[in-house]
Amino acid sequence: MEPGEIHALLGENGAGKSTLMNVLYGLYQPDEGEILVDGAPLKLRGPSDAIAAGIGMVHQHFMLVPVFTVTENIMLGAEQVRGGIAGFLDRRRARREVAEVSERYNLRVDPDAVIEDLPVGIQQRVEIVKALTRDVDLLILDEPTAVLTPQETEELLTVMRSLKAAGKSIVFITHKLGEVKAIADRITVIRRGKTVGTASPQASRDELAALMVGRSVRLTVEKEPAAPGKPVLEVSGLVVDDDRQIRAVDGIDLTVRAGEVLGVAGVQGNGQTELIEAIMGLRPTLAGTVTLDGQPVHGWSTKKVLRAGVGYVPEDRSVDGLVKEFSVAENLVLDIYDRPPFGKGLALKPDAIARSAKERIEQFDVRTSSADAPVGTLSGGNQQKVIVARELSRPLKLLIAAQPTRGVDVGSIEFIHSQVIRERDAGTAVMVVSSELDEVIGLADRIAVMYRGRIIGIVGPDTPREEIGLLMAGITPDAAPAAATGTTPADGGAAAPAAESPGNEDEA
Amino acid sequence: MSTMAVEDVAVAGVDQGFWTRTRKVGAVLLALGLLATVLFGALATGEQARFTLSEDSAGAALEIHGTVGAIGFGLLAVAAGVAMLAGLPKRWFTLVLGVGLVGFVLSFLCWQVSDAPAGQNFMPLVNILRGTFVLALPLIFGALAGVLCERSGVVNVAIEGQLLMGAFSGALFGSLTGNIWVGLVAAAVGGAFISLLLAVFSIRYLVDQVVMGIVLNLLAVGVTGFLYERLMQTNAQKYNSAPRFSNWEIPLLSDIPLLGPALFRGNIFLYLGLLLVLVIHIALFRTRWGLRTRSVGEHPTAADTLGVKVLGLRYRNVLLAGVVAGIGGASYTLALYSFTKNMIGGKGFIALAALIFGRWSPTGALLAALFFGFADQLATYLGAINSVIPNQFLAMLPYLATILAVAGLVGRVRAPAADGKPYIKG
Repeated sequence: MEPGEIHALLGENGAGKSTLMNVLYGLYQPDEGEILVDGAPLKLRGPSDAIAAGIGMVHQHFMLVPVFTVTENIMLGAEQVRGGIAGFLDRRRARREVAEVSERYNLRVDPDAVIEDLPVGIQQRVEIVKALTRDVDLLILDEPTAVLTPQETEELLTVMRSLKAAGKSIVFITHKLGEVKAIADRITVIRRGKTVGTASPQASRDELAALMVGRSVRLTVEKEPAAPGKPVLEVSGLVVDDDRQIRAVDGIDLTVRAGEVLGVAGVQGNGQTELIEAIMGLRPTLAGTVTLDGQPVHGWSTKKVLRAGVGYVPEDRSVDGLVKEFSVAENLVLDIYDRPPFGKGLALKPDAIARSAKERIEQFDVRTSSADAPVGTLSGGNQQKVIVARELSRPLKLLIAAQPTRGVDVGSIEFIHSQVIRERDAGTAVMVVSSELDEVIGLADRIAVMYRGRIIGIVGPDTPREEIGLLMAGITPDAAPAAATGTTPADGGAAAPAAESPGNEDEA
Repeated sequence: MSTMAVEDVAVAGVDQGFWTRTRKVGAVLLALGLLATVLFGALATGEQARFTLSEDSAGAALEIHGTVGAIGFGLLAVAAGVAMLAGLPKRWFTLVLGVGLVGFVLSFLCWQVSDAPAGQNFMPLVNILRGTFVLALPLIFGALAGVLCERSGVVNVAIEGQLLMGAFSGALFGSLTGNIWVGLVAAAVGGAFISLLLAVFSIRYLVDQVVMGIVLNLLAVGVTGFLYERLMQTNAQKYNSAPRFSNWEIPLLSDIPLLGPALFRGNIFLYLGLLLVLVIHIALFRTRWGLRTRSVGEHPTAADTLGVKVLGLRYRNVLLAGVVAGIGGASYTLALYSFTKNMIGGKGFIALAALIFGRWSPTGALLAALFFGFADQLATYLGAINSVIPNQFLAMLPYLATILAVAGLVGRVRAPAADGKPYIKG
């Protein structure tokens, strides 16, 4: 690393980027090798050593105490105190310091705001201010854009440039090629824990992607135009609360037709999770209706919804999708273990389960040592393939896939995407929810953008990214944009978009 | 970076409907008030209800006609309920709720006192107040031990065991040496010993903290019970006759009417308990130690990345909790009674309830402990005047209140986020 340099660390999920940086920040101890700072080897026994050596880190999952104020979070660990051994906090001085740093680097934060009330973009700013108040020379940003809207990402890139101008070095970890090309001075690509090459930002996207996965990949999803049939899933006026009894879905209307993919885009935490869980019967609906093939299904148990022909790829595979301690074969029949041929009465039929597992492992290219291996020992991509295999092995009317490729390597992404499109072409209605805009644009025939519990607009997949980005930030265009083509007229000029969307959808 | 579009867009009005929390509580209060006005008013007699500012029927007193008082205070509760139903601003909520509940209690007391057998139509407030504090004292120490532990993320179900071990070792070593201060230190060490086991097993070996707490309680009952039978019962003179702290009168303050005799003629434990509430409250919210403790209880990984030693801090706080609870146990054996088997009798669990009822804050825990103490004391008083209300009914009240509190009726109760979760690095 040179002073005043932005060095991008590029690699797939699980390539070892974050582990490397955690070693650099003293959280993990290296088994071998050493770290050199200004030519001298550095031994880090913990994060405090790293901070003392001028290394700061903004973690992928923010390291902020949600119930503390901005100032409290920033002062933690480096408190200014008065009163000797009693150690009374000098809040006034800490606040002044926060104000000073945020002024100097143009990072506006309210020192007295409580973290949990702040949007993620601001929380990230707090993280950066926290590092800067500790006088770091090297700032590590671990996947900083994963949770941001495109606009917030732009702002972050601006901040990074100004930090660079102030002589700070930045390590920027990501797997998003566009951002790397936009900002990095130097790029190091990591694969399976090894440096596989360095590149300049002038390298093309395809070259970088090839370095990342070790072979060339297609970055777009190949598909034929959709042939939408009759409506399969119809949601109208749906209202759902989240776990804290705060309104998460606030009157949503949407329709998914047979043979089309409806993509739901939006920054995480705008009600997507609750919407899906309500449809699946995992969360009570407070108002509105959900119908499947014209039959009301709200209030049904999840089992009944699944049996009615709904496939569900949950958002968080390790929590909701799989039983990690169970074998691959067992996980493959979690939904139909009690049905013939896998079970009869109280008994399971291990032979039938094993046979079907073998077939599906082959069909869905699941890389596992055996069908009896605990699913938790598989890589993220292969775990996800197990879920997809399970859900697609039943005859479906509707497939709901939430974050289907989160934390999955590029090869598996490609495969999962092709499976989703294959299902669509077989006449299933598909709803894909993803916070990766590229994924939504690639898969969807129509894109619904969610913002604060409402559908703020429904646009075609060839709508410019910037426009979708604005929708994701809650900004609706004033005039109906001509750019929005595709199967739906744009929901332009809609001040209260959710109210009129069913009408729009029926025109499709 | 100046404009944040996200913030500018107005949030769609979250429509809670008519039945907000304030209105629900108001409706309950209104019902209680009506009950008090009608029922207590009808049952109260025409006798004067006297609330004396002394320990007996003598001296200055507040007097009120029984029926008038029962109805009047009942109406006060009704008024508070109506105010809440009418849509009271949020910041008045606690105050009006307090007024309403006090009205209900006073209405009840007017009935009870006026209905007491002839010659007993009085309530000695000094006794009641002092009794409240005496009964609340172990709860205060116990709940503070809970605060210290749980704010740093270790669930402390072992309060009962810590109190018991403190009481036992205080009695034992106080008796053996004949020195009361040695007894006090031994009590602190005894409580800390239970804490040490809790800390080692839950922090180092990641044993489930609740299970560990329960096991430690049983261990404390077993060990102290065994030693009590073997040593103390056979030779009480040698092993179970610890010296006791006498009451210390605080000059000037002890002359305040009502409060003076009730609060400022107590023993060292009363003063120490109240002082600790203050000290721990300030320390928790105003010092570096407190900030770090709270951060470790809420988000230990964040604290770790900033160089806070998570495990060390937890060890320290759990041990400190043991010291506090141990001294709380000594408030029995070094001031009031000699040691008997299982003498804490569940107070540790009530302290846990007080901790939750007081929302994990030292002052909240103090108020909760006093409330529980008051209910306890009232039960005793009602038994003495042969009340028609079975005193078991009142003894039930603290638990009922805790259930309601945990169910969220008294406001959102939120434990420290990492409470009970072991911290594993990496």
